[in-house]
Parts: sequence; C-alpha cells; structure tokens
Amino acid sequence: MFGFSRAQAIAFLAMVVLIAVCPFVLYPVFLMRVLCAALFACAFNLMIGYVGLLSFGHAAFFGMGSYVAAWTMKTWHVDASIAIIFGGLTGAALGLVLGYLAIRRSGIYFAMITLALAQMVYFFCLEAPFTGGEDGIQQVPRGHLFGFIDLSNDMTMYWVVAAVFIGGFLLVHRIIHSPFGQVLKGIRENEPRATSLGYRTDDYKLIAFVLSCMISGVAGGTKALVFGIATLTDVHYSTSGEVVLTTLLGGLGTVFGPAMGALVVTSMENYLAQFGAWVTVTQGAIFMICVLAFRRGIIGELGAFLKISL
Amino acid sequence: MITIFGIPGPLLFGQLLLGLINGAFYAMLSLGLAVIFGMLNIINFAHGALFMMGAFASWMLLNYVGIGYFPALILAPLLVGIFGIILEKTIISRLYKLDHLYGLLLTFGLALVIEGLFRNAYGSSGMPYRIPNILQGATNLGFMYMPNYRGWVVVAALVVCLATWAIIEKTSLGATLRAATENAPLVQAFGVDVPRLITLTYGGGVALAAFAGVLAAPIYSVNPNMGTNFINTVFAVVVIGGMGSIMGSIITGFGLGVVEGLTKVFYPQASATVVFVVMVIVLLVRPRGLFGKAA
Amino acid sequence: MALTRRSALKTVAAASALPLIRPARAQAPTIKIGVLNDQSGPYTNTGGITSVICAKQALEDFGVSTKGLNVEVITADHQNKPDLAVSITREWFDRDGVDVLLDVPTSSVALAVQSVVREKNKVYLNVGAASSALTGSQCSPNFIHWVYDTYMLSKSTGGAMVKAGGDTWYFLTADYAFGKQLQDDTSTLIKAAGGKVLGSAPYPFPGTTDFSSFLVQAQSSGAKVLGLANAGGDTVNSIKQAAEFGLNKSMKLAALLMFITDVHALGLDVAGGLNLTESFYWDLNDKTRAFTKRVLPKTPNNYPNMIHAGCYSATLHYLKTVADMGAAEAKKDGVATVNRMKAMPVDDDCFGKSHIREDGRNLVPAYLFEVKTPAQSKGPWDYYNLKVTTPGDEAYRPLAEGHCSFIKA
Repeated sequence: MFGFSRAQAIAFLAMVVLIAVCPFVLYPVFLMRVLCAALFACAFNLMIGYVGLLSFGHAAFFGMGSYVAAWTMKTWHVDASIAIIFGGLTGAALGLVLGYLAIRRSGIYFAMITLALAQMVYFFCLEAPFTGGEDGIQQVPRGHLFGFIDLSNDMTMYWVVAAVFIGGFLLVHRIIHSPFGQVLKGIRENEPRATSLGYRTDDYKLIAFVLSCMISGVAGGTKALVFGIATLTDVHYSTSGEVVLTTLLGGLGTVFGPAMGALVVTSMENYLAQFGAWVTVTQGAIFMICVLAFRRGIIGELGAFLKISL
Repeated sequence: MITIFGIPGPLLFGQLLLGLINGAFYAMLSLGLAVIFGMLNIINFAHGALFMMGAFASWMLLNYVGIGYFPALILAPLLVGIFGIILEKTIISRLYKLDHLYGLLLTFGLALVIEGLFRNAYGSSGMPYRIPNILQGATNLGFMYMPNYRGWVVVAALVVCLATWAIIEKTSLGATLRAATENAPLVQAFGVDVPRLITLTYGGGVALAAFAGVLAAPIYSVNPNMGTNFINTVFAVVVIGGMGSIMGSIITGFGLGVVEGLTKVFYPQASATVVFVVMVIVLLVRPRGLFGKAA
Repeated sequence: MALTRRSALKTVAAASALPLIRPARAQAPTIKIGVLNDQSGPYTNTGGITSVICAKQALEDFGVSTKGLNVEVITADHQNKPDLAVSITREWFDRDGVDVLLDVPTSSVALAVQSVVREKNKVYLNVGAASSALTGSQCSPNFIHWVYDTYMLSKSTGGAMVKAGGDTWYFLTADYAFGKQLQDDTSTLIKAAGGKVLGSAPYPFPGTTDFSSFLVQAQSSGAKVLGLANAGGDTVNSIKQAAEFGLNKSMKLAALLMFITDVHALGLDVAGGLNLTESFYWDLNDKTRAFTKRVLPKTPNNYPNMIHAGCYSATLHYLKTVADMGAAEAKKDGVATVNRMKAMPVDDDCFGKSHIREDGRNLVPAYLFEVKTPAQSKGPWDYYNLKVTTPGDEAYRPLAEGHCSFIKA
C-alpha cells in the first residue's frame, strides 16, 4: 500500500525490527537522538532526492519547530501530541513563507537563498524574548501523551519517538509514491516538459517544500521533548550543513539512506566525543572519503551492489 | 557639527572608511572564491581554512625561521599556494565532472580536517603577531584617528584585486583561461595544457586567500577558527556579486563592507545578518547576482 | 587470537569466577568522574584537555590508591551542543555509573545538564561556565559552582576600576545572554558607585571579527573605561584592535572575562596594562607555584588558568568528602554528597581556604590583576601583577539576591 518493492518491504521490516530491538542493547536516549535526526534527514531527502532542490536552510524549520514545541509545552503545559503538532505546523507555516520566496530559484541559488533566509530566522531566534537567547528554553517537561501516557520514562518516550519516526517515514514514502510524487519526479527530470504538460511546477515544488518543512518541524519538536531543551544550535546553519551531510552519507534519493546516515553521523558525534580534539578531523576525513570513494552513499552503494533500489 | 540621522558627520565618515577597509578583506577572499568557481566550477568551502593557513604561515615564518612581515607577504601565499596545488592535483581534480554539491561537501570536509589539525597543534586561543614597526601608529585624518596599518591594508588589497582582475581580463593568459572555462576541449586542441592551467588557477585563488590571511594576522587573532567567521559572509558576497564574476566580487566586497559598517552604527545587533538580507533581496530581484551574466 | 573451544571455555570459566572476586572489591566501588567540556572548539585552551589533566592530578595528590578508593576519570567533548551534552550526561549516569560531572563550560550547555543531574541525583561541579543564574534562578541542590561567575567578575573588575577613577564607561558587548548579563551586572555596580555608563555596542555573537567600528564609537563617547563584556577570541580580537586604534592610550581597558591563556595569545606588548580578574594565578604564592610545577610537565604549552585550577580543587575536595563519608554512600546520594561537601571546609594549593555557601557557591577570592608590560615580565608566562584582592565573602552576589528556590529565606 505504500508502494514498497519487495526488497524495500524486507528492508523496512528489518528496520522496524531493529528499532524494536535496539533499545534493549543500546542506550535509548542516544537512539532517540538518532531517530529525530533520521526523521529530519528523511524530510530533507524529500526535497533533495525527489524534487532535486538543495535547501541549505532546513535548520530554520527544525529549530523553530523545536522552539515552538518547547515553548507551548513549558508555558501552556499542553499534551505532548499537541506540542509536537504545533512544532510541525510552525515548520509548515514558516516553510510556506520562505518557500514562496525561494522556490523559483534552482541549483546553487536555491541553496544560497534558503541559507540567507535561515540566517534571518536565526537572528530572530537570537533576539526574540521567548527563545531565551543563547541560554535557550531550558527544563521543558516531557509531559503526557493523550493525557494518560507518562513520558518521563526513557523507554516510554522511546516508543513514542519510534512511532513518530515510522509515521513520518511512511508519510514521506507515501508522498513520493503518490501521483503527486510522480509529478515531482517528472519536474525533477524535465521541468519545461512538465510545464508544457500543464503542471504548475512551482506550486508542486512549493507543496513538497512545505511538507518537507512540516516533517522537519515535527522532528525538531520531538527532539525538544526528548531532551527538554530548545537552543540556538538547532537553528544554526551548522545544523543545516549536518543534515546535508547525513543524507549524502546515507545516500541521496534512497528510501533508507537518510536513516542510515543519521545513525552513522550521530554515532560519530556521540562515540568520537571521548577522543576530544580528534572529533572534527575524523568527521572531516570521513566526509572527504565519502565524496571521493562512495558518492552514492552507504545505502546507495549497497543497493548498487545488490542491484536493487533501497 | 553636521549630523546625519543623529550621528555626527565626522563619525559617519570614519565608519564609512572603516567599512571600506573591512570590505577589502571580503573583496580579496571573495575574489579568490570567484576565480576558483569561474574556472573550476568548485565552490571552495575550504577557503576560510586556507585564509587561516596564510595567517599561521606568517606566524610560523616569524617564529621558526625568523622571517618578518614583508617577506612573509610574498612567501606565505607562495607556500599555501603550493599546498593548494597539491590539493588540487591529488583530491579536487577528481570532482570536476560532478554536481556542485560534491565539491562543496568535499571542501567542507577538507576545512574541518585542516582546522582540526591546527587546533590540535596550536590550541584555540591563538598566537600573537605584531604590526610591523614601520606601519605602527596612526594618522589624524581630521575626522578620525586612522591606524596606519589599516591604510596599508586597503591599499594592498586594492592593488592585488585590480592586478588579479587585469590579469584575467586584460592579458593573453587571462584570455586563454577564460576560453578554457568556456570550452576546454577546444582550447586543449590548440595545444594549451588545460589541466595545468586549472591547477595553477586553484593555486592562485588559494594564494589570494593566504595573502588576505597575512594581512589579517596583525589585527585579528591568529587562531584556527579565524576563517570560519569570515566564510559565510564571503559566500554571500560571491553570490550577491554574481557567481564567477571577478569585478562583481571586488565591488560587492567593498560595498558590503560599507553596508555592514553602517549597520554597526545604527543597529549593531544585526550587522552579521544584514549581509543575508541584502543577499535575499538581490536574489529575488536579480537572480544572477548584481554583476552575473545572464544564463 | 583464534577462538578455539579451549579459549572459549577459559572465558566462560573466568566469567563465572568473576562473581567470586567481586565481593572483595565491593567495599570500594569505583567512583567515576566525568569531565565534560569543549575539546575541539573555541574553548579548547581555557578548559579542554588541561582540565582533565588537572582533575587527574588531584587523584594523584590525594593518593586515591593508598586511601583504598577506586577512582576513574572519563572525558567527552560536548562540542558546545546542548543536546549532545544532555545525551552524553544521561548515558554516563545511566550506563557508565558516573557520579560527578565536572567543568562544563558554555552557559547554555551548563544549564541544559543541570536538570539531568538533579533528576538522577548525582553531583555537578561546574567550573567552566560563567552564568550566575546557576546558583540563582536555575540553582539546584546537586550543584556547586566552583570558581568564577559573571557577578564576581563584574564586581572585582568593575568595582576596582571605578574606585581608581574610571567612573565613565562604554561597553563592547557580545549580544547574547552571557555578554548582556556581564554588562548589566557591571552597570549596576558602576551606577551604585557613582559612575556613569555612556553607551554600549552590542555586536552579533558569534561571527564578528572586526571591532574597529565599535572602537571608534567608544572613543568618541569620551568614556574613560572600555568594558569588554565578551570572551575568548572576541576579547583577544577587540584588545588587539583597541591597541591598533590607540585606545589603550586614551582609555582604560577592562576585560571582564579573560584568562591567562588569552593574554598569552595577545602578547604582552598589546595586552600590557590591561585589567582583568582571575581567581588563580600560577605565580601567586609558593603553593600555586608548586601545583603548577606538578601539572606543567603534562601540559607544557598551556599554563593552568582558574578553570584548570578549579577542576583540580573541585576534584580534590570531592575525593576528601568521599573518603570521609565512604564511597558507597557517596555513590548513592548526590544531594547528601553535595551537602557534605558544603559542610567541609575547602583547602588546597590553588585557592587556599574557602567554604561553599548553601546555594552551591564556592567562595574563592577574586584577584584583580594588571597585565605586565614586556619590560616588567621576567620569564615565560610571567604576566600578572596583583592589584586588588576581594575576599570570597565579599566577591559574590549576596545569598538573598540570588532568589535560589531551595534556600529558605
């Protein structure tokens, strides 16, 4: 029903099993970090992989989603689901405004204009009183889901995050394989032709952009609840850069690439942390090797090796 | 005293001049980026790291070999330029046929590695580097007190920028270069060694960054992060000026320095963001940048 | 090593023997100290690996093995990312059995882990962060702020400068929480002492490298003192450029947060004459010199500053407390351990005698130093002249003004 091929269906099952088993082996808070990053990367992949537009400002949507979810949670003590939905809506609304300005550009100019707009969002977050400036919004409670599920336990929170991720993952996949998604692919391959067939290509691209921003906002909002904080790091351009790298490392335009990339990048950040000064050198070297040696990303190369599309 | 928007006239003149001087750094750095982008089609994210290497090279020359500022002004760009040539030969040349994205990511990784290695070796606090004796002190311009070194920076930067522009636009070497970017196989057929030309171009762009680094060493903290602070603004300058446009990046560099300088007087908090505001406006109105050629 | 059946059997045998060995060790469970700081970013020199070395020095000086304690120091780089810091901290507490969190520079990160430590009831000894909110509005019974904070810096530097005649100020302020707080705290003090603030330039942080525009504005304001409410590379840059514009001749420069490592980065010909506050200087007395002599071989290019000394002092005091109350007890209850630490007087080579207030403020003295000129300096890192000492009881924000929630008024 989601348009999975047989190989993809098997891979999807494997991923779900992995998500279910991992918290008993690995540390759940770390895994939640991975899942939030993975959802964010899936949203980003929707743009780069299927619309062919590189956004260099996705941190704006992720970060604003995170701020708004944290703020509603802390000030209004709403239900966790409401906070996350607010995060998603914020991402979508912001995406609509910024996307409207940016969508007519393509290639490197699209990347640059999204970067510039995101820098303005960053400036807004730095100056606006509700974000707490450099300190961020701290001590956000995790609260309850649907009024009765207490999220303060890490494992409970984990299942919620896992559900949000799988939901988002399937949504992205559904979008790609819908008639709407097919038009997007058509636009990516040959925009003039799509226009001549009567499609208003800018509208299609804008809708895809807004959807991508909404999912990014959900990812940001979920992350704010998991860690109980929303800070400037999430809106900073380095976060935008990180999601590009994550997706590239996993495999641009592949279904499972973003999740794989998120796993690798987050693990590097987490487990290289104990080597102190060598973190950045190692990260940089890995990105270089990735570009030079396996450009299709981990999943892309794997798929090419197995001759299936993953 | 004349006042303009509530700011005393002399102060405003001073600010304009200072903005222009800052613009000199933007111009030199974005010039190198524009040259590299124009010829190699690579968005060189490692430019900030190479700028930093220029500053460190002058510090090393002074502290390990005892070579002072003025010789370093020649030697440091030369050394870093050679480093750039090696980089181009071994790594960057593999990317020419690919999407811009890959060049950007590779050089981004490169910047992380270079900066990380320098941080491991020299820490993050920075290194002291003195203003050369002959350029110490300041001159009273009537409306402001102007350090001699800043005056030197703006003159040196202008000379280098214009020389680069002249080489590319007015000499036969430049003509060959420009022809090679338009149609490499054809130029190669005329017996020109195009790959070598490209390598030298990269080396030259890198040397420009290193030259800016040496100029920066006496006034900015010489530390491994010094390039990252510049790189975003410089990218914005290149985009606003029109990707690959030489004169565009020079004029925009100086111009944005002035815009930023004025913002520092009226709304200092936004002085790092104003560049991006300008960029969005320019891209919306003139998508190819101020001086970019129409596609 | 190939896994043969025999070696597998051996492993099994060893594993089954393990529980037999355990009881002997159970009397002294391992105490784990986690040093969490910036090891690859802008604060690598002010904290970084030297903090870890100083914490380990405390283990050595205390003689953990002779006192029957098992202590281990682990470390991680938080890369100035609050979410990464929270993730690492939680994992340390839940999985690795870490008992103490040490150092943690950068206010946003320091505040983010505060609630984690409280939730898990561990011990949090912050040395690297400046925000005085850590013992004020964001205080916690699991927390001790070991060395400096924004209030103490502005009181020591600001107070002394006004007293010395510097009664009109212009601020160069990093436009974020830390910078604003430094400026506000100092302004209050200046006004209380009869001085005036003539203006300020809040500049974007991070991302500003050129300060010339602000320096000229400062100069034309006619203020006697230029207060630098910033840190790290920004401070270095602004001082370097102030010297270039001749501001150090017409105005007094007050660096509100600066470390000896920053002075080293500037060089004395530029930094000479500058006023700044630290709680520790390696050449202060025989004890500090002895301490420096012990750690220096391990970190030859980075002399210890007050953060490094603070990591040493905090670790040492913690170990004394653990030895006093027993490792098992200390592992069990963070609040109890912190309360015991507050009850015991602090005494070490770096800061001498001090005590910890109920709100978690360690009352070490604040020293106002003037940086030596090249002519005055006699050797490597001979940088400071001591000018004013503010004793620990006077240097910090009074308890009542902090509005810390768990302090009963």
